[in-house]
Amino acid sequence: MKAAFVGATRGMGRALARRMAGRGDALCLLGRDSAELQVSARDLEIRGAPAPVTVATLDLALPSRFADALDAADRALGGFDTLVVTGGLFGRQAELAAEPARLERLLHVNFTGTAVLCQMAAERLARRGGGTVCAFSSVAGDRARRSNYLYGASKAGLSAFLDGLGHAYVARGVKVVCVKPGFVRTGMTSGLPEPPFTSEPDAVAGTVLRAMDRGCPVVYAPGPWRWIMLVIRALPRAVMRRIEF
Amino acid sequence: MGPLSGVERFDAISRLEPVGGWGRHPVRPGRVGRPARLGLPADDLPVLPRGLGRAYGDAAVPAAPGGRVIETTRADRILAFDPATGQLTCEAGLSLADMLRVFVPRGWFPPVTPGTKFVTVGACVACDVHGKNHHQDGSFGMFVGRLKLIAADGREVECGPSAERELFLATVGGMGLTGLIVEATLRLRRIESPWIVLETERMGGLEAMLDGLRRSAVEWPYTVGWIDGFARAADLGRGLLMRGRHALRAEVHGGAPRERLRVSVPMDAPAWLLNPWLMRGFNRAYHWSHGSRLRRRLVSYDEFFYPLDAVGGWNRLYGRPGFLQFQCVLPRAAGAAPVAALLDHLAAAGAASFLAVIKDCGPAADAYLSFPMEGITLALDLPYRGPVTETLVHELNALVIAAGGRVYLAKDAITRAEDFAAMMPRLGEWKAIRDKWDPGRRFRSAQSVRLFGDPA
Repeated sequence: MKAAFVGATRGMGRALARRMAGRGDALCLLGRDSAELQVSARDLEIRGAPAPVTVATLDLALPSRFADALDAADRALGGFDTLVVTGGLFGRQAELAAEPARLERLLHVNFTGTAVLCQMAAERLARRGGGTVCAFSSVAGDRARRSNYLYGASKAGLSAFLDGLGHAYVARGVKVVCVKPGFVRTGMTSGLPEPPFTSEPDAVAGTVLRAMDRGCPVVYAPGPWRWIMLVIRALPRAVMRRIEF
Repeated sequence: MGPLSGVERFDAISRLEPVGGWGRHPVRPGRVGRPARLGLPADDLPVLPRGLGRAYGDAAVPAAPGGRVIETTRADRILAFDPATGQLTCEAGLSLADMLRVFVPRGWFPPVTPGTKFVTVGACVACDVHGKNHHQDGSFGMFVGRLKLIAADGREVECGPSAERELFLATVGGMGLTGLIVEATLRLRRIESPWIVLETERMGGLEAMLDGLRRSAVEWPYTVGWIDGFARAADLGRGLLMRGRHALRAEVHGGAPRERLRVSVPMDAPAWLLNPWLMRGFNRAYHWSHGSRLRRRLVSYDEFFYPLDAVGGWNRLYGRPGFLQFQCVLPRAAGAAPVAALLDHLAAAGAASFLAVIKDCGPAADAYLSFPMEGITLALDLPYRGPVTETLVHELNALVIAAGGRVYLAKDAITRAEDFAAMMPRLGEWKAIRDKWDPGRRFRSAQSVRLFGDPA
């Protein structure tokens, strides 16, 4: 694989990029903090990614600059065949509810920015015969809950977008993978109480990589979340309103 | 990633959780943060660096309930590696398990490894860990060329065997109390294969065991003895001597070792599980199941160095009360007598250990609080039974002091301040350097409160 990667410096992105590096995939890291990107690039080279692992600036909040970043990734990789987006924002419900500017930014980055970037990349890949677009949504997008619907809505939108993107581009050779992690121990969730089936980033990365190789359209990680969400999606509204959840 | 990260908001990214050592005694609540970029919170409240929590006692337990703990495991990037020399620079939270996964296939091995690979590089430095090769190679700190620390005042400081040497010697073995270790540079060792040539031999008693260790030390880089802690009188100290070396390419047929099956202990075992009858039976069976002849075979490095890592959460076998590990080193000059006295005392107290390990150490390091010294080290588990067990540790400590030996802080949860002071001739020098770098005791632990009189 030759992958342009948004979010490889931290958490699940770091774990996934390391697994890709370990099997020799070529990587170009995209993100906001170029010093951090450089440190992660060296880490990934030593772990087996073909050197040099290049970096380019990309801010998911600034879609007007996406073309430049994708151009840079194309130049570095001789045309990327995969886009991975694990980056995104998280906020606790109470904070997002109290700070509209923060809520706006989260919705903008998690939905607008991510969707625009995936759309642009899918079009590029389709024009050269195909490839893979893999973006991290969340189980929180499967059913809105009172305790988490602001973040959840940004991911619900993203899941719907990725579903449609897959339909639209399948005939042109682009596979779209929507990853829906459950609760994973990362910087994003630190400080939050842990529910059952909490998992580690590396375990999620292994699941995601297999899904990418197979072109699996939706992947829950870890697996049991598929069944948990099946039940939660099926709960009648009256029940959702009754339970503290 | 996002507004919640960053040490400025330590309390937002941290969580109150029970924090204990591997022996699970003592355990107390701490505010644990796991930042991806290591730094100190902006205020000056006390903090305690912690890695993967494999120190047995209270070394990585906060000084007071609710105290801040900076767990380094998310700062685990490899920063540089020179394939010509084996020089590796990494963030302090890199684990040996990760290091092995990346570097063993390329023919490199950690220069020194303790009995578990689930330890961070930062902790290997802070405890100045030793391994089965101590008699030839010394401890971990001897392979460290440079450290980057964040000192109590928030400044970044680099130190090494020549630059800021005093700080370096106080940090190696300094239990994380001189500053937050954020980066380390060390030299890896070249290996030709992931396999170990292992020889095992049954030893009938203590003299034979000590003699076997001494003889093997000349030609074998790795040696260790397992002893049957239940054997008394003439059988005292009997056990299996193991010696190993990295197999050469030509000695290996077939490829890499298969990934081991890992099992986990799913819950706390009842405290009666590891009872003396079972342990006596196991030890006897283990001893006699090895025939009288010398055995030689190839084993994977995992099997040789990390047998207990195959059982996730094995510490839960001791049940909810937890256990202590007692490890001491007794100077060679004192001979076999104090080793025998210790084993006798344990057996007489009915506290013989399920697993007891013996090993000879080479010369001591220059680091002030480094544990190993030329002599014999003994390590054993003691199920925690309250004051009785604590009294036993104090009695063992008295024997150690009388013999001129010392105990290992990475294992300790019980030793008294005055006893530790009597064991460590260079404690005063270490304290002076700590005074210079951390006069306000920003870095403190339950252990430093107990042993160095830090405020809780």
